[in-house]
Amino acid sequence: MFKILKYSFYDLIRSRWSYVYLLFYLLLGFALLFLNENISKAVITMMNVITILVPLIGTIFGVMYFYNSKEFTELLLALPIPRSSIFLGQYFGVAISLSLSLIIGLGVPFLCYGLFQSDSMVDFLLLLSTGTMLTFIFTAIAFLIGLSNENKIKGFGYAILFWLFMAVIYDGIFLISLIIFEEYPLDNLSLFATLFNPIDLSRVLILLKLDIAALLGYTGAVFQKFFGNISGLFVSFFTLLLWIIVPLFLMKRKAGKKDF
Amino acid sequence: MIQRVLFILIISTNIVFASSITVCTDCKYRNIKDALSASQQNDTIFVQKGIYREYNILVDKSVTIIGVNRPVIDGENKGEIIKIIADGVTLDGLFIKNVGRSYTQDNAAIRVTESSSFVLQNLILENLFFGIYIEKSHHGKILNNEIKGNAVEEYNSGNGIQLWYSESIEIKNNSISKVRDGIYLEFATNCTISNNVSFKNIRYGLHFMFSNNDTYQNNTFDNNGAGVAVMFSKEILMRKNKFINNWGAASYGLLLKEINDSEITENLFQRNTIGINIEGSNRVTYQGNDFISNGWAVKSRGACYTNRFLNNNFVQNSFDLSYNSKLNDNLFENNYWSEYTGYDLDKDGTGDIPYRPVKLFTYITNRTPEAIIMLRSLFIDIINFSEKVSPIFTPENLEDINPRMKMIRHD
Repeated sequence: MFKILKYSFYDLIRSRWSYVYLLFYLLLGFALLFLNENISKAVITMMNVITILVPLIGTIFGVMYFYNSKEFTELLLALPIPRSSIFLGQYFGVAISLSLSLIIGLGVPFLCYGLFQSDSMVDFLLLLSTGTMLTFIFTAIAFLIGLSNENKIKGFGYAILFWLFMAVIYDGIFLISLIIFEEYPLDNLSLFATLFNPIDLSRVLILLKLDIAALLGYTGAVFQKFFGNISGLFVSFFTLLLWIIVPLFLMKRKAGKKDF
Repeated sequence: MIQRVLFILIISTNIVFASSITVCTDCKYRNIKDALSASQQNDTIFVQKGIYREYNILVDKSVTIIGVNRPVIDGENKGEIIKIIADGVTLDGLFIKNVGRSYTQDNAAIRVTESSSFVLQNLILENLFFGIYIEKSHHGKILNNEIKGNAVEEYNSGNGIQLWYSESIEIKNNSISKVRDGIYLEFATNCTISNNVSFKNIRYGLHFMFSNNDTYQNNTFDNNGAGVAVMFSKEILMRKNKFINNWGAASYGLLLKEINDSEITENLFQRNTIGINIEGSNRVTYQGNDFISNGWAVKSRGACYTNRFLNNNFVQNSFDLSYNSKLNDNLFENNYWSEYTGYDLDKDGTGDIPYRPVKLFTYITNRTPEAIIMLRSLFIDIINFSEKVSPIFTPENLEDINPRMKMIRHD
């Protein structure tokens, strides 16, 4: 598995797209901090980018890589290697290289602008860790979708649809249900609804760490109580982890059964 | 002629009889009470450095009490310390501490009752229940005092400076911290409150109730439980104050409730959860204020008519304006909004398309407060954009027709 991981990783590291992705974050980070030297403000703006863009890139890149390396995968399948290690190896190769681009691309500009001197260190680390988590989650789902669909176009379509659902449609349904049931106490509903969408969960985690938390009023207090302490943070990271493990498990099962 | 001579004579005899008394630990008068009972009208009592353990000091003559090298009057938590019931009393340079806390009486470090022309200056008050309590008095001055409380809970703490049924009082250059309300006015008219700093108070930095025709300016209200509350009053002038760091789930910089015909000019509202919270206020002019980095810059809770917002800066607030009805009778003009995305083709400094400060998301969070959890979600950006293009839910005529392109500099 590690051999395949290493191969995929080096393959990606040498590919143009990784550099473009890295360069994008570098430019974005530097531009943001150049325009506004307030690091905690920059973290907020970054959050907007990360919760939308990271999942998108993760999904598209994952699906793209899966379909592109299909011939290589088929070659590997002919060799006496366990199927799960082939796919897991490729998956981790993609996810790690994307995360690395994210971490380096954001880390360098923030370090240049004095991250260690500012008091936003924890917020920034949270931003990076949720970003990495999101990369892993959405790449895993992209692989699962790729594995389930022989048809490239269909696969891409489903992947984009999944991203769209998580990033936009889910929130729409969530909001409408909040408005329909406004007569009822909604704190627990909204708590659960956020917990089950990785994008919303990351957004809320970062929001609560920044001092926008006070804006959230009563609802914020409920959320703060849940996410603010160690056990809440543990639960939310566990949920994010579940979002990685479940697709990987499904992927493994699918790969084991699939007739190539 | 004779009358004139007589008049001069009377004046001069008065001056001749006004003498001075010194209080110190080894003088003839060892405490302030003794000195007061020995004093005449218009005397000056000099209190030398030392610690005087006294309370319930009754000042019933118009005397001037001056502390030399800041003597300490220690009330030993037994009750009220100084009570003034005569006109023309001056207190200067004293350090008063340990006022008795009571649940049945409003004990104060200094209480002024039914008096006029008093001056309370250069005092330091510490460990207090109520600080300076003025009741049914007029034409007094409270200058350069430092009031430092140690309040923790609202129910068992008092106010720094409290005015009750008073008139024409000047409160200037005071520093007030850690009490319940920094300055509290109830039925106080024609008062001027200027250049004070009120911070870290449990409830409000400044609190008005039923007080008309007052002015407060150049004050700083920093990090109070809930900023400044102005309620049930009219014709209040609020100028050049700073409302900063009132940050918390139920905090705001300024609360206006039932305020009419007032003026709010050139104030700074920075980093408050809500900059101004308005309820039932009419004919108020907001001019030249800066709203910077607040959660909500202005939150209008309804029943607000004929207010005017002119030449204000709204910079980087999470919400510029929250509005809970579809009816708008307020005017917004020539403000600078940092979120304005329009253009200025004719280069006259104002944007060519109007700015709509109320977003759809603001409307939704008013209806369903829980929805605020969706803040900064992509979906919200999308619906905000569509509402901006064609307003359906937000008041259609609520717009700034001439939004500024550049931030307004106030000097």
